Amino acid sequence: MSTDVATTTLGIDHRKLGMWTFLGSEFLFFGAFVSAYLLYLDTTAGGPGVEIFDIPFTSISSFVLLMSSLTMVLAHHAHTKGDMRRMRMWILATAGQGAVFLGGQVFEFNVFFREGLELSTSPFASSFYVLTGFHGLHVFVGILLLSSLYVLSLTGKIKPNQDVKTEMIGLYWHFVDIIWVVIFTVVYLIPEIAVIG
Amino acid sequence: MSTTDAPDQTESEGHAHPTPKQYVNIAIVLAVLTALEVSTYFLDFGTIAIPMLVVLMVVKFLYVAGWFMHLKFDSPIFSRLMYTGLAFALVLYAVMAIVTLFDHAPTI
Amino acid sequence: MSSTTTERKGYSGRPRKLDGFTGWLTTTDHKKIGIMYFLTVLVFFALGGFESGFIRWQLAQAEQSVLTEEIYNQFFTMHGITMVFLVVMPLSAAFFNYLIPLMIGARDVAFPRLNAFSYWAYLFGGLFLYSSFALGGAPNGSWVGYAPLSTDAVSNMAFYAVGINILGVSSLAAAVNFIVTILNMRAPGMTFMRMPVFIWMALVTNFLLLFALPIIAVALFMLNIDAVFGGQFFEPATGGDPVLYQHLFWLFGHPEVYIMILPAMGIISEILPVNARKPLFGYAAVVFAGAAIGFIGFGVWAHHMFTSAIGPVARSAFALSTMFIAVPTGIKIFNWVFTMWGGKLRFNTPMLFSIGFVSMFTIGGLSGVTHAIVPHNAQQHDTYYVVAHFHYVLFGGALFGLIAGIYFWFPKVTGKMMSEKLGKLHFWTWLLGFNLTFGPMHLSGLLGQPRRTAVLPGELGATVELYNLLSSLGFVVLFGSALVFLYNLITSVKRGEAAGDDPWDARTLEWITPSPTPYENFHVIPTVTHRDEFWHRKYAEDEAGRAIPVPAGASEDHDAAADHDEHIHMPDPSYWPLVQTLGFFPFGYGLVFGNFWLIGVGLAWLVIGLYGWIIEPVAEGDDDDPEDHTPTSGARATATAH
Repeated sequence: MSTDVATTTLGIDHRKLGMWTFLGSEFLFFGAFVSAYLLYLDTTAGGPGVEIFDIPFTSISSFVLLMSSLTMVLAHHAHTKGDMRRMRMWILATAGQGAVFLGGQVFEFNVFFREGLELSTSPFASSFYVLTGFHGLHVFVGILLLSSLYVLSLTGKIKPNQDVKTEMIGLYWHFVDIIWVVIFTVVYLIPEIAVIG
Repeated sequence: MSTTDAPDQTESEGHAHPTPKQYVNIAIVLAVLTALEVSTYFLDFGTIAIPMLVVLMVVKFLYVAGWFMHLKFDSPIFSRLMYTGLAFALVLYAVMAIVTLFDHAPTI
Repeated sequence: MSSTTTERKGYSGRPRKLDGFTGWLTTTDHKKIGIMYFLTVLVFFALGGFESGFIRWQLAQAEQSVLTEEIYNQFFTMHGITMVFLVVMPLSAAFFNYLIPLMIGARDVAFPRLNAFSYWAYLFGGLFLYSSFALGGAPNGSWVGYAPLSTDAVSNMAFYAVGINILGVSSLAAAVNFIVTILNMRAPGMTFMRMPVFIWMALVTNFLLLFALPIIAVALFMLNIDAVFGGQFFEPATGGDPVLYQHLFWLFGHPEVYIMILPAMGIISEILPVNARKPLFGYAAVVFAGAAIGFIGFGVWAHHMFTSAIGPVARSAFALSTMFIAVPTGIKIFNWVFTMWGGKLRFNTPMLFSIGFVSMFTIGGLSGVTHAIVPHNAQQHDTYYVVAHFHYVLFGGALFGLIAGIYFWFPKVTGKMMSEKLGKLHFWTWLLGFNLTFGPMHLSGLLGQPRRTAVLPGELGATVELYNLLSSLGFVVLFGSALVFLYNLITSVKRGEAAGDDPWDARTLEWITPSPTPYENFHVIPTVTHRDEFWHRKYAEDEAGRAIPVPAGASEDHDAAADHDEHIHMPDPSYWPLVQTLGFFPFGYGLVFGNFWLIGVGLAWLVIGLYGWIIEPVAEGDDDDPEDHTPTSGARATATAH
C-alpha cells in the first residue's frame, strides 16, 4: 500500500500522521503522572522530599538532552540532502547524548536511593521515580529507535529518499525532549523554590 | 485524482525549510533560556521566579515544537493533533487537581 | 479466491498463503481481522454470559450459597471486565475493521500489520486475564478496581492491572490506525460531510480511545506498582489518596462508556435510513451531536464519585455537566425517530433491533438523568438501580445496536442471508428476556438491594426477592434466545439464501462490491460525488421527490476486466504481529508476579518481534522496494505490497 503523499487524502504521509496522532495521546499519559507528583509534593511520610534534588547535576543532563534535539534535527536535515554518512554521524551523536542523559538519571537515582528515597518510601517518592522512570524508559526506546535507524541505513533498508523515516523518529525524540523540558521545570525547579524557597 | 484538501506540495516538507545554521541558532537560544532557568536555583528572583520559570518552559516548548518538530512549516493538522492532546491534558488534570485540593468530608 | 503471485526476495520471506489456517494466522486483511474479532467476541460473550448465569443463580433467592463469596466476587468482576473489554469494545472493533475501508472507498487500513497486532494483543490479553483463574484466582475487586482494596494481594488485581493494560495497547494502536485511515485514505470526492455517519462515529470513538486510554494506563500502572512493587500511590498509611485512583479511573471510565455506545449509534444511523427508505434526518446535527457527546464526555467523570468526598462545589459542577450531555444525546434520538417518521418502513430483523436500541437506550438514558441529581444519586449509588441503568444503555443500547449490525452486514460478509424467522424469534425473546432481567432491578435497587454482594439479604423482604427471581428467570430466556441466534448464525453461513450484492437496497459504498467482499475490496476505487453515494448511483429523484431507479450499469463494481492502469497493491501477510504479541505473556506474568527475569524476557521478545516486523521484506510498489518497478497497465490484483 503506497504511503506516497500524492495518493493520500490530506496529502501527508500516513506514518507522519500516525506519529503525531500517537504523540497527542502521550500528553495525557505524562500529564497524569505529573499531576500525581504535584499532588504529592508534600506527602513525604517523614522521608526525603525535594531537598534531595541536585539541581546543578540535573541541569547538566537536561542540557545534554536538549542539545540532542539539535543533533537529531541536523541528522534529518542531512537525510533530506541524501547525505547518509552525515545523517548517521548525527544520529550517533543524538543517541550518545541520550545515553549520557540516561546515565545521569541512573546515577541520580542511585544517589537518592542511598540517601533514603526508595520507591516505597512515600507517595512523593513513588510518583517521582515512576514519572522520571517512564520518561527514562521513553528515552531508552528512543535510543533503540535511533540505533535501528543507524544500522538499517547501513543495510540499505533506509534509503536516501526516505527521510520521512528519520523525521518520524525525530518527532518522537523531540517529544521526549519536550516532556523533559516540562519535567525539569515542574518537578525540579519550581518545587525547589516553592517548597524550599 | 487528489481530492479534498491535498496541498500543492510534493513531499511532506514545507517550502520554508530551516537551514542548519538556523537550527544551531535555535539551540543557542534554548541553551540561554535553560541557563536562565537554572539561575533561579542560585539567585533569588522573589515572587516572579515561578511565573518566570513557567514562561521559560512554555517558550522552550514552543521553540522545540515549532522549529525542531517543524510544526511551523507543516500541515496545520499536525499542530491540531498535538495541541488538542495537550489542551485535554492541561484542562482535565487541572480540574482533577482542583477537585482534589478542595475536597472536604462529605456533607451529604 | 484471489491469486497470490508473489515473488519474494530477502532472507526471511513473507508468507504467501491467503487461505487456510496459515492464511488466517498471518493475515493483514482488514476483513479477515474483523471476522476474527467477531468470532473471538462470541467466545468471550459466552464466558461473560456464564458468569452472569451463576450470578443470577446465586441471587435467585435470598440467603443462598450456590457460590462462595470469593468465587462470586471473581465472577461479577470478570463478568464486567469481559463484557466491557472483551465483548462490546472488540465487537465495535470488528465493525470498524470490516467496514471502515469499505465505507470510505479504500482497500485496507493505513497500517495493516499494526491492525493484525491489535487483534492478537486483544486475544492474548483476554487469555491472559482468564488465566488468572488458574494462577491464584481471578481479580475480585470489581471492574473498577478501587484502591486500596485493589492494591491488596487478596484481590488478585495485578492481573486486572496488567491484563487491561495489554488490551489498552491493542485499542490504542487500533485508534491510531483508524484515525489515520479515516483522515487520509478516503476515496476521491469523499469530503468529511459526505462520509457515512458510522464513519463519523468511528472517528469520534477512536479519538476518545486515543485520549482516554493513556489515563487508565497510568491508573493501572500505579495500581500494579502499588500492588506488586511496593509503590505508595494509593496507600493511606503514608499519605496516599485512594480518591486519586478514582479520578484517574473515571477520567478514562466515562469516555469509555461513550466509546462503547457511539459505534452502535453509528450502526443504527446506517440501518434506519435504509429501512425507512429515506435519508437520515438531520445528518449534520447527528454528526455534530456525536462529536459533542465525545467532547463533553470528558467533562463529566466525577459524577461517578458524588459520594466520594469531592466536596459540594465539585458535585454541583459535575451534576450540571452531566445533565448537559443529555442534550446532544436527545438530539440524536429525535433525529432517529424523525428518520422513521413518514418513511416506507420495513420491519426486518436489523430494523427491529435498531428500534429496540432507540427505545431501550432511551429508558437507560432516563435512569441516567436521575443519577445526575446529586441527592438522588446518594440513594442510588452502589444499588441495583445503577446496575439497571448501565445494562439498559449497554445491553439495551450498545448490544442491540451491534446485533442489528450483525444481521445487517452478515450478507455482505458471507454472501448469505440470515433467516428472518429465526431473527425475529431471536429479537422478541431477547427483548423479553432483557427487560425481564433488568427491569425489576430499578425497583429492587430503590428498595435497597446493594450491588456486588454475594448473598441476597433476607431482610430486604419478599418483594425484592421476587424481583430477583424474575431477573433470574429473565436470564434463562436470554440464554435460550442466544442459542437461537447462534443457531441462526451457523446455519445461515452454511445454508443461507444467497444474498446478492445489495439485498437491503442500501445507501453506502460497501454495498457496491460483490458479496462476499472480494480480497481487494473494489475493482475500481469509486469517485464520490454525493453523501449516500451508492443510493445516488442507483436512484435519481423525480419532480415529486420520489426515487426512480437509474438504468443499471452505474451501480455495481463487477467488472474485473475493466480497463484500469493501476496495479492493485494489497498488503502482504505477515507472521510477525502474531509472533511479537506472544511476548505479552512473559512480560505480563513478570509484572503480575514481580519477576524481573520474566519482564526482561518479555520485553526482549516484544522488541525482537518488532524488529522482525521492521526488517521483513516488502514488495514491489512500496517505497521500501529495493528495485524499481514501473506499473504495468491492465487489470491484475496481486498480493504484493507492504
